[in-house]
Amino acid sequence: MNAVEMKGITKRFPNVLANDHVDFRVASGEIHALLGENGAGKTTLMNILFGLYKPDEGYILLRGRKVTLRSPKDAIKLGIGMVHQHFKLVETNTVAENIALCLQIDDLKRPLKFLRLLQNPLNDVENHIQDLSNKYDLNVDPKAKIWQLSLGEQQRVEIIKTLFQGANVLILDEPTSVLTPGEVEELFNTLRTITDEGHAVVFISHKLEEVLKISDRVTVLRNGRVMASLSTSETDKEELARLMVGREVLFRLEKKQRTRSEPVLEVKNLEALSDKGRLALKNLTFKVYSGEILGIAGVSGNGQKELAEVITGLRNTEKGKINILGVDVTESSPMTILNQGTAHIPEERIKMGIVPNMSVSENLVLRRYNQHPFSKGFWLDADIINQYSEQLINEYNIVTPSTKTPVKLLSGGNIQKLILARETSWNPKLIIASHPTYGLDVGATEQIRQLLLEQREKGAAILLISEDLNEILSLSDRIIVMFNGEFFGEMLAETANIEKIGLMMAGVKT
Amino acid sequence: MKISVETREATSRLTTLLSSILSIGLALCVAAIIFMGYRVNPLEAYRRILLSAFGSLHGFSETIVKAIPLMVCAAGLALAFRAKLWNIGAEGQLILGAISSSWVALTFPDSPSFLLIPSMFGLSFLFGSIWGLVPGLLRVKFGTQVAITSLMMNYVAAKILEYLVYGPWKGPAEWGFPQTSKFSISAQLPRLAQTRIHYPTLLFGIIFSIFLHIIVSKSRFGFEVRATGENPQAARYAGMEFFKIAIITMLVSGGLAGVAGFGEVAGIQLRLRMGISPGYGYTAIIVAWLSRLNSLLVIPVSLLFGGLLVGGDAIQLMGLPFAAVDLFNGLILLFVVSGEFLNKHKIKVKY
Repeated sequence: MNAVEMKGITKRFPNVLANDHVDFRVASGEIHALLGENGAGKTTLMNILFGLYKPDEGYILLRGRKVTLRSPKDAIKLGIGMVHQHFKLVETNTVAENIALCLQIDDLKRPLKFLRLLQNPLNDVENHIQDLSNKYDLNVDPKAKIWQLSLGEQQRVEIIKTLFQGANVLILDEPTSVLTPGEVEELFNTLRTITDEGHAVVFISHKLEEVLKISDRVTVLRNGRVMASLSTSETDKEELARLMVGREVLFRLEKKQRTRSEPVLEVKNLEALSDKGRLALKNLTFKVYSGEILGIAGVSGNGQKELAEVITGLRNTEKGKINILGVDVTESSPMTILNQGTAHIPEERIKMGIVPNMSVSENLVLRRYNQHPFSKGFWLDADIINQYSEQLINEYNIVTPSTKTPVKLLSGGNIQKLILARETSWNPKLIIASHPTYGLDVGATEQIRQLLLEQREKGAAILLISEDLNEILSLSDRIIVMFNGEFFGEMLAETANIEKIGLMMAGVKT
Repeated sequence: MKISVETREATSRLTTLLSSILSIGLALCVAAIIFMGYRVNPLEAYRRILLSAFGSLHGFSETIVKAIPLMVCAAGLALAFRAKLWNIGAEGQLILGAISSSWVALTFPDSPSFLLIPSMFGLSFLFGSIWGLVPGLLRVKFGTQVAITSLMMNYVAAKILEYLVYGPWKGPAEWGFPQTSKFSISAQLPRLAQTRIHYPTLLFGIIFSIFLHIIVSKSRFGFEVRATGENPQAARYAGMEFFKIAIITMLVSGGLAGVAGFGEVAGIQLRLRMGISPGYGYTAIIVAWLSRLNSLLVIPVSLLFGGLLVGGDAIQLMGLPFAAVDLFNGLILLFVVSGEFLNKHKIKVKY
């Protein structure tokens, strides 16, 4: 029995055909992966199923019955639940309060009999959460405040919320993007328990490994069209990648033996505060050598952002010293550190990496506008900047209508390629790369990793900060795990143990 | 029914132009309703505004006279607004420019013109920019909002002016009016033929508007101003210094407003007095906005608003208060700013 069947779904946005006659079927009791690159139309399709968009063509059958979904309210009533990529929870309230928020007034009134008026209606909600938590082994405390919970726990609250509302079709949009490896494991167990109860799960992802690991069936979308719908056991990574990207994808990155030489970045006893004034970096000492990639593994929010900002001069140091190529740059201005040969691929690429309303060519010289030949005395040389941009656009395969296009109109992958082009085209001595492929599709990810390896071969020292363990393992020469502002267990990439790193990322000292 | 607001991806020049025209049109319509409340035929009122402002040589020369201070102030404001520094203090900066140049004129009445005029000009720029520097420094040092501090500085400037013209600087032969003695001939700006057009200030305004436009679009500094205004975090990441940019833009916009004040006392009033500005500094904010912060467009737009001020005198004769002009200006700003929002966003209604 199909829990959900979507037939001939077509959805047009201005200039984009997001879904083109998509057929999609999910059986009860199965985990169905919806795989595709960014912009392939996965989220649009699921937003249609959740009643957020109305399809231009096509219809939806729910357990064989044709339904019209005007809003998420309709979808929820019919037993469809969605866990969004960004959680929709009120941080200062408890789990039970958050779930009560989503209930209809009638749901709350029902248990409110006359004699129980004095009793807090939240008790019923709490009891029910506890029941669900036990039944699906979710381990959620209904009385806990949201801000006290880790992202993994918050996600479980979102899952309970959908189950509480009676969902039997559960849509999860990129659910693993915020989780540690250990938490991913727990999520997968939970999903298994949920499908064992006969529910259907739709798992949106662009990560091949996890799709192969968790799903029963997989549907691949590309450019809004269904490329294939396969049984997971009958396919492999190479085939899925080819369907998804439309060409062969190399998974092995060629990494030449490194020749360790001079230290480029030397950090000694570094301490710095976070925006909230908490000690975010605790007595860090490390070196990055020319021609090597030092990978900093760890879950975001453990001091990585502060580390990158302190080194690039965007944040003050409390204590300690930073040397680049033997020059003391502690407390130097961002410009001085840049001129010392430091490239920076920032974590927040839209908020910090670009000026969205300025043109592609202006953004390509954003950090070099005041250098020869882009700038001649007081004036900028528009012709040279333009030529240079054309050259970088070709070299780095940046897809843009023109050099004059505002950069905000580019896709996420192309924006990141633009930043990479700007930061690496002048062969910097030191590269601080924060989450360089976060949220990017397979094609762009491959290209960006290749670029970083090229820079390494040219002798750049690279500090790679990432949550993606695969990325850390395949690119780095040495690996350090960061947790709560401290460094743990430096190791060589060849001898690294993924389970051990995962545990350290979660704060377990071994 | 569900109404949602979505960000528009690109805004074409045509939509921008259309929305500017539409905002003026809507302001005209709304003002018409109010005019009718005064039992004045709005079409007749608009006809008179047009006629008096642009219908005769004399009228047009007066339009230019009013456009001069608007142009000089708005060119500077457009620069500051590019950097997202909301300088609302042009009025006060203008008054400081008027006071400081009057001091020169009154203290050295017998000096030759070639010394007096440049030093009046220089001092007016200096004091206008000091008045702009204060909110700028407060912003970079303490993070206070420029819009609020610069606005408050206007009241301080107005009080200083009031004190001077009622007190120590009051002219002995002025029949008790709150004004200084008339400047000596050498401290007066030359005028064009029979008009009140003090052309040196006009030329300065036009040249500076063009110059600032080139600076913003082609220079290194202009690049920094635009980047800082659009995304301060990215500008900092690019190594730009907010301190430097904020200080320079506030100095320039304050200084220009100061020069506008110098033009008013040395070219029109020929003395310092109460009410040297009927709110030029505030109207210039609207001029800068309607020009889309493009100082090249400031030139024609300030002529339009100069005409409106002249026309305001004409509709007073029809029984409307002069405040009708302020009302009209306010309506235009309201519609331009909301039009700006519609330029950048789409409003969708779903059923």
